[in-house]
Amino acid sequence: MISLTRRSWLTLAVMALLAVLPPVFYLTGNPYYLDLATRLAILAIAAVSLNLILGYGGLVSFGHAAFVGLGAYAVGIPAHHWLYGGLDFLATTSGLVQIPLAVAVCALFALVTGAICLRTKGVYFIMITMAFAQMIYYLIVSIEEYGGDDGLVIDTRSELPVVNLDNPLHLFGLSYVALVVAMLLVRMIVRSRFGMVLQGAKGNPERMVTLGFNVYAYRLTAYVISGAMSGFAGALLGNFTTFISPEMMDWSRSGELMFMVILGGAATTLGPVLGAIVFIVAEEALSSFTIYWHLPFGLMLMAVVLFARGGLMGMLRGRGEDRE
Amino acid sequence: MDFSLLIIQALNGVQLGLLLFLVASGLTLVFGILDFVNLAHGSLYMMGAFICASLTFLFGSFVLAVLVALPLTGVLGFLVERFVARPLYDRDHLDQVLGTFGLILVLDTLAHLIWGPAGIAVPLPGWLQGQIAMSETLVIPTFRLVIIGAGLGAAAGLFWLVNHTRLGMLIRAGASNRTMVSALGIDIQTLFALVFALGAMLAGLAGMLIAPITEASIGMGNNIIITAFVVIIVGGIGSMKGAFIAALMIGLIDTMGRSFLDDLFKLFMSSDAAENSAPAVSAMLIYIIMALVLSLRPQGLFPPRTR
Amino acid sequence: MKTFLTLTLAASLMSTAAWAETVKIGFVTTLTTGAAVIGKDMQNSVNLAVEHLGGKAGNLDLEVIFADDGFAPETGKQATDKLVKQDNVDFVAGYIWSHVLLASRKSALDAGKFLISANAGPSQIAGKLCNENFFSTSWQNDQTPMAMGEVLNRQGVKSLYVMAPNYAAGKDMVSGVERTFKGEIVGKDLTKWGADAQLDFSAELAKAKASGADGLFVFYPGAAGGAFMKQYDQAGLKDMLPLYSVFTVDALSLPKLQAANLTGVLGSRTTQEWDPTLDNAANKKFVADYKAKYGAYPSYYGAQSYDAIMLIASAVAKVGNTTDKDALRAALKAADFDSVRGNFKFGTNNFPVENFYLREAVVDADGVWTTKVVETVFEDHIDSYAADCKM
Repeated sequence: MISLTRRSWLTLAVMALLAVLPPVFYLTGNPYYLDLATRLAILAIAAVSLNLILGYGGLVSFGHAAFVGLGAYAVGIPAHHWLYGGLDFLATTSGLVQIPLAVAVCALFALVTGAICLRTKGVYFIMITMAFAQMIYYLIVSIEEYGGDDGLVIDTRSELPVVNLDNPLHLFGLSYVALVVAMLLVRMIVRSRFGMVLQGAKGNPERMVTLGFNVYAYRLTAYVISGAMSGFAGALLGNFTTFISPEMMDWSRSGELMFMVILGGAATTLGPVLGAIVFIVAEEALSSFTIYWHLPFGLMLMAVVLFARGGLMGMLRGRGEDRE
Repeated sequence: MDFSLLIIQALNGVQLGLLLFLVASGLTLVFGILDFVNLAHGSLYMMGAFICASLTFLFGSFVLAVLVALPLTGVLGFLVERFVARPLYDRDHLDQVLGTFGLILVLDTLAHLIWGPAGIAVPLPGWLQGQIAMSETLVIPTFRLVIIGAGLGAAAGLFWLVNHTRLGMLIRAGASNRTMVSALGIDIQTLFALVFALGAMLAGLAGMLIAPITEASIGMGNNIIITAFVVIIVGGIGSMKGAFIAALMIGLIDTMGRSFLDDLFKLFMSSDAAENSAPAVSAMLIYIIMALVLSLRPQGLFPPRTR
Repeated sequence: MKTFLTLTLAASLMSTAAWAETVKIGFVTTLTTGAAVIGKDMQNSVNLAVEHLGGKAGNLDLEVIFADDGFAPETGKQATDKLVKQDNVDFVAGYIWSHVLLASRKSALDAGKFLISANAGPSQIAGKLCNENFFSTSWQNDQTPMAMGEVLNRQGVKSLYVMAPNYAAGKDMVSGVERTFKGEIVGKDLTKWGADAQLDFSAELAKAKASGADGLFVFYPGAAGGAFMKQYDQAGLKDMLPLYSVFTVDALSLPKLQAANLTGVLGSRTTQEWDPTLDNAANKKFVADYKAKYGAYPSYYGAQSYDAIMLIASAVAKVGNTTDKDALRAALKAADFDSVRGNFKFGTNNFPVENFYLREAVVDADGVWTTKVVETVFEDHIDSYAADCKM
């Protein structure tokens, strides 16, 4: 019990710092660090959603960046038509249309691809999720209208009531709140009966089947929820970068999301967020020292995998204690 | 459509397929026997190309360079096995994917540090430089035929090794029952290391063969590794026969797609639309095939027998 | 994490204090991936320019901060954001790739910075998206292939096969040659580009040969150029399908081709706005010092980067500070500096109005493979999009 409390305190402390520090930087004349924190919060949402299926469900999706990219294009494409005409039924700058669209498109994509992917197991699953992501990548590349390989500049951000996304503080605030909601949502799911079945199926799917659960349906549902949440993160990312390109869906981006989850600690509430923080800060710090920053970065990655089992949260957890 | 063009493209497809097989065979060996996912296998392909490029300038002979570079890549594979792969054998695939993903970053950056960003063009001896005229319209660069020959030779050697030697017998036995082999008193560690080094040499050979055509360049492995994974997944992990058939299939489909898809599309869409969509669709083709195969046969075309 | 942020906070406060007496130039180029060979040439030339200027622009110290775009528009945009927001640069310069420039454009211009392209010249920015704070020291993408189209007409080429990478500049290059070439384009291939670009052109070359065209027009910048030339040479197409290239045979690919002894490239022709043999004092100094310092010929990427720094320095020296944006803009537009391509003047859309030359790959007196000017194709050429620019 004591350690649980300790971890809860840690979670609260990290989240509080993440809420307070970036605006302080912004107000003291360092707007770049607010940007960095916004990117971090958005990627953390994607990592939290990946954690639901990867950490708790044991489903290693190697194509999660596709959901993020699709979500971003769901913002960019309506905005593009609003500015340049064509496809009137799609043309809008309203975030109240764009963001639900992003979530819906990703949920649908997750449903269709998940239905196929979840028939496979183990490394076949890893590779087929990647294959679907590559397909979306090349599909976007082929659509000349939306810039193809060159990507698409989003000239106007989503219009939402109350918040103005052109204001970096508002954008950060929205991303931060969304991150907290995502964390709570995943926590709630995991602690529900649904979550118990999902986690039970991770270790021993046959047993869950024997117990009368339709493991396939449970997993597919989790996959769809996870994809939809990543789509939401993508919609935010599109608004943040105001530029989207197929490169966002590259397999190495999916690998980075996986790394965030593992680095922080899979199947923990704070883990993916912590992973995203360390990832973004390390990338930023190392790349400002040397253009060869991938070398220490790669070594760090290998060291984490080889020596820090359970990620940062695993290191923080006392020995012999159970997972939360 | 021009018949000789069809033949040339078919040969180009076979050449690509054989190169893919060289990379994929190592991958599928390591995967099938060691149950180890090695994303960094493509980096060994890149290192093979770079080492061979340097040696070509040192010796002034491409052929000699290949002969020396082959064992060197084997040694490199041995080192990777010892320090990165071995500690990850009893981890899940996720850890292996991430660990070797890190290794890709390290090896790519090392190549950048050692050889610079420019990439190296590898000179060929004169007798490999020219073309062979099969007929009036059918002229093929000699080196492309050499690649096909070398690829077929390596494939034949590999099949012989796996099916007709003691080492191959152990490899096959190790693939289906690891504990059994070690119970027989075989040094399983050494066997694994040998298999890994063999895979590295095959990937390195592919890199050496492609370097004179494109060049040795940073990140060249990241391009082929994903395709090689598609090959072994489609073929069925651990199946050498599956890898061979899938590699040729993917190589042919990819090349044919790039050559003839726009003409095909022009039959039912505007010329501009065809020219724009054909490259992307041909790039998607192999993934579509993979998804199709897996949705029908979740373990690939030639699933391994019981594990 | 906290210490790191505190440290960087302190560092950035210090840099703000030092900002008053220096002019800061952020230079975005490709320093990683295979395309870093271009970035390296640009970086060398920028450093040489700063050296020639004695590290000063008038009374102000010159400071150049290099940033890597990783050959990807998203990364390039991030790098630009950082230069603008964190390093608070006065000028953002560089940009090899059109798609990177298009993605980064808003970040620099919306922040009120001057944006100087040392290479990329996408049609949009020359036309509809032109901006008073954007300047180019290179060309609009279409211009160089337009010059090549003109050369093809003069040489009586009737049919052409076209190959280019599938990205913004690739498409501009194709439309450029189509604009002036009067014969028939019998086939066209756009190949995959980016960090995992397609480098084996066997399928495309076979198609080009089968098309029976009089000539082959290609655009393969950077490392892809070397790979393309080798395969063209190996396929033995030299006599059957003469090559007319832009941005492919250059000071970056020639040394590699020479090392591999691919003599097929010698004699091949390409159009360009600059050449190491151009006869003016600034160019002689640039080429000689570059060769002395880095042991190779500079490329046009380098020449354009050198000009970009010289242009910025001339404007800052004239105005004497970096705060009077209107005066700086006027001084940039005046382009009062010794360009390595001789006279230098801007058109209405802030792209140069300049000559284009036909160059040939040759062996120089020291046995090094390089290029020389054969003839002038266009004089004081204005790009085709200038009319769309409302400024």
